[in-house]
Amino acid sequence: MKLALVRKGAYFDSVFLMSLGGAVKAATGVADAMVSMGTPLNLELLRDRGYSAAELAPATPNDLVIAVEAADRAAADSAVAAADELLKQKVRPVSGGAAAAPTSLEGALRLLPGANLAVISVPGAHAAREARKALLAGLHVMLFSDNVSLEDEVALKQLGRSSGLLVMGPDCGTAIVNGKPLCFANVVRRGPVGVVAASGTGLQEVTCLVDRLGSGVSQALGTGGRDLKNERVGGITMTMGIEALAQDPATQVIAILSKPPAPAVAARLIAALGATGKPAVAHFIGQDPAALGKAPASVRWAASLEEAAALAVSLAGGRADLRPPDPAALAARARQLARGLSPRQRHLRGYFTGGTLADEALFLLHRPGRPVHSNNQTDPAFVLADARTSVGHTIVDLGDDVFTVGRPHPMIDPSTRTERILAEAADPGVAVLLVDVVLGHGSHPDPAGALLPALAEARRAAEARGGRLPVVASVVGTPGDPQGYASQRAKLEEAGCAVMDSNHQAALLAGRILDEVPAP
Amino acid sequence: MTDPARAPAGARRASSLFRSDLQVVNLGVASFAENLRQAGVEVVQVDWRPPAGGDPALLEALDRIARTSRVDVEAANREAARRILEGRPTLVGVGVAGEVIPGMTPTTVLHAGPPVTWDRMCGPMRGAVIGGLLYEGLAGSREEAERLARSGAIRFDPCHHHDAVGPMAGVVTSRMPVWILRNEAFGNQAYCTFNEGLGKVLRYGAFSEEVLARLRWIETTLAPVVKKALARHGPLDMRNIIAQALQMGDEGHNRNRAGTSLVIRELAPHLVRLGEPPETVAAVLEFLNANDHFFLNLSMPASKCTVDAARGIEGSSVIVTMARNGTDFGIRISGLGDRWFIGPASRVEGLYLPGFGPEDAAPDIGDSVITETAGIGGFAMAAAPAIVRFVGGTAEDALACTRRMYEITLAESEAYRIPVLGFRGTPTAIDVRKVVETGILPAINTGIAHREPGVGMVGAGLVKPPENCFREAVAAFAERYA
Repeated sequence: MKLALVRKGAYFDSVFLMSLGGAVKAATGVADAMVSMGTPLNLELLRDRGYSAAELAPATPNDLVIAVEAADRAAADSAVAAADELLKQKVRPVSGGAAAAPTSLEGALRLLPGANLAVISVPGAHAAREARKALLAGLHVMLFSDNVSLEDEVALKQLGRSSGLLVMGPDCGTAIVNGKPLCFANVVRRGPVGVVAASGTGLQEVTCLVDRLGSGVSQALGTGGRDLKNERVGGITMTMGIEALAQDPATQVIAILSKPPAPAVAARLIAALGATGKPAVAHFIGQDPAALGKAPASVRWAASLEEAAALAVSLAGGRADLRPPDPAALAARARQLARGLSPRQRHLRGYFTGGTLADEALFLLHRPGRPVHSNNQTDPAFVLADARTSVGHTIVDLGDDVFTVGRPHPMIDPSTRTERILAEAADPGVAVLLVDVVLGHGSHPDPAGALLPALAEARRAAEARGGRLPVVASVVGTPGDPQGYASQRAKLEEAGCAVMDSNHQAALLAGRILDEVPAP
Repeated sequence: MTDPARAPAGARRASSLFRSDLQVVNLGVASFAENLRQAGVEVVQVDWRPPAGGDPALLEALDRIARTSRVDVEAANREAARRILEGRPTLVGVGVAGEVIPGMTPTTVLHAGPPVTWDRMCGPMRGAVIGGLLYEGLAGSREEAERLARSGAIRFDPCHHHDAVGPMAGVVTSRMPVWILRNEAFGNQAYCTFNEGLGKVLRYGAFSEEVLARLRWIETTLAPVVKKALARHGPLDMRNIIAQALQMGDEGHNRNRAGTSLVIRELAPHLVRLGEPPETVAAVLEFLNANDHFFLNLSMPASKCTVDAARGIEGSSVIVTMARNGTDFGIRISGLGDRWFIGPASRVEGLYLPGFGPEDAAPDIGDSVITETAGIGGFAMAAAPAIVRFVGGTAEDALACTRRMYEITLAESEAYRIPVLGFRGTPTAIDVRKVVETGILPAINTGIAHREPGVGMVGAGLVKPPENCFREAVAAFAERYA
């Protein structure tokens, strides 16, 4: 049957109507359809196709005509209804007027008036200004940018404190707020452990371990490296973070991580932790808890990042079944890995992309009689003269500014590390390689895969010299990370690397391998 | 705890972040925003550029202004924006320049743009001055007019110094008929000559007998007839007409077809009833109908009397004048009095009429940029899809043009709304601080004059104003107030 309906006074442009006719025609039971304005030409066309002249008679050029040829009345009616529906969509405004990217913070706030956090990664020279504007607009700030002056940092943090706004950073690479990963963060399960950290990869290692130990993280706040180190900043962000976590009902345990702060700052922090009334864990990387003195009853010292995570999980009532490596088993593993080393092989080379992970290994392995050189060394006698060249035992932080001028961070661009490994593969004195593999948002999509060819090449070179080359690794990541913890770990193991459950354990194992090397 | 008295309140506020959904503004690395979006966070990415072009001295000036306690810049700007938004431009009559324009004398020649002397005037401006002197009978020939202009006996002054505006050369002399507009909300007035049409016309520097004859016809026939018709009609609410025109595809600067039609509709019955000979009435209506830009000389003084109400507000950084004389582009700031900030008039990026090209173009000229100053023209580009070819060719370009202007303005018009943007008000009240900070220059639509006097319009397009005048204004503002 043929049906023609006239909709009076409804104007649509012809191109739109042509596309609409096609859509109606595609409906089931419809043999033909034409949706058009009632111009003399269109009406003549419709009459020629056999539509009723009487039905078409009321149409003028200002009226819409819907003409349908269908198997039966029901099919025709539903086709007309479909056409009406499509016409209604046309009436809806195509554009809300807010799609264009704003060019300023102010413009962004017009589009997102409820914004509560500004993430700032613009060049350092401009970052403080943008951060100040964000604070004045009532936003918390995560300042990823580095090269922000100490004066600016102090001023921003004081402004933030007086308005109850967190200033994470400058040089804050990672945080997890409300379960959302910010910048270089891992995908970590939500849970009872709140973290405040002055170290990016330290925060990543601890939150990932908490996740892999079956617990989760409420919030993980970054402070930037200078927050505790510098008296003038005085731990403003760390203190605010501790107080905010104290107020947060989802946080049952608070863990803080930092390089050793100035003693006065440390005392204030520990007092603040004690005042929260919540169980707490503190770990100052490279500092022996024995040297820290007595803490309030609710505060526990951790001796490593791994222990900080395990303590936090168990204080929160979880099963922290991260077994401290059995010394005998570790020694056996080391002996096995050291088998076949040639007498010339006696040195450790640690190639790290995470600064805190490098520090943790450095402080664990450096000892009188076995000095470890590093660009992160605190003892001037063992600072690498040239960060680009390893000597003796070396642990190099490849995220150092020396390596990131004009090229991406090695977590993003693995070539900084692979080139270094290949360049030093010719060194016959190397006995063991120690590496970190950091997963998460922002990191390379396959950091283990990107690393393997260089490791294989170094191993081939050692074997060609009549030795072998054990590689010890750990993976910072979770099953939820885009790269996948298990598959990255498996890739390394399949390639013959000894993969440990934490950076701390990896460093321990590498140390034991050195112990197997006969004294010169 | 460093400050126990303060910390608990701060901690409560800081922990409130944990109780609300994260909503993020991301400045910098775009992948951070993408990761958050994938994690289900509402996030706006800022298309960030170094503010003030990275100029440390300017940034310092902007920061000083932001911190100053000597004056409340935000309050002053709110007041400026309020006055612009509440303006009621109304066409109230027709008069003679020498009788109604303040400070006008028989030997005064008003011109477009900031002040300029005869020796620095561009070709079209000189041609229009010659035409004006011939029209006034102050000179009998081109040579005589040039001698007179050079002699110092003629007082040249910007229209803007006399509550007036003029398109292109903007030359106004004492005998010329002018529109009288009154801002009914604030009582101030603005004046503008009648539009002469396209082709060989005075405002493009033509001064042939044909041009002078048309000016005389405007003086003796058009203006008196329209004056009488307008008197019968009563005051014409220009805000209302501009609002309608914007919904009919005009932007009030480069497209005035709808506005012109609306004015004809208002006046036609009254013209017919004047009892003038039918031939006279027909000639008037034909003249109006043949000239799509007739309305420009009404949208300009309507804009002028609207924005003038916001002049002279202590501490306001709102731009209250933008104007060009073919040599210089100049702006004035509400809180900085009558001082002009000047930069070189630039070349217009645009489309040319057949037979003409960029080499024929005079630099940017005219007071018509008063429309943009008031928030229409280029700022309302999204309303005028018919002329999108001037701004890049697509409707999206036109939408982007208007959207960008929200970044440098303080308010949105309540009267002038753009259908395609969901009837969002046009971006209004330009803050010179925002122009400098964002590096986004006001979008200005304009016609292009031939560089030789008397050839006329050769195209139309978009002009990029010189950045330095905005920067110098910010520096001066900081010096005055911070």
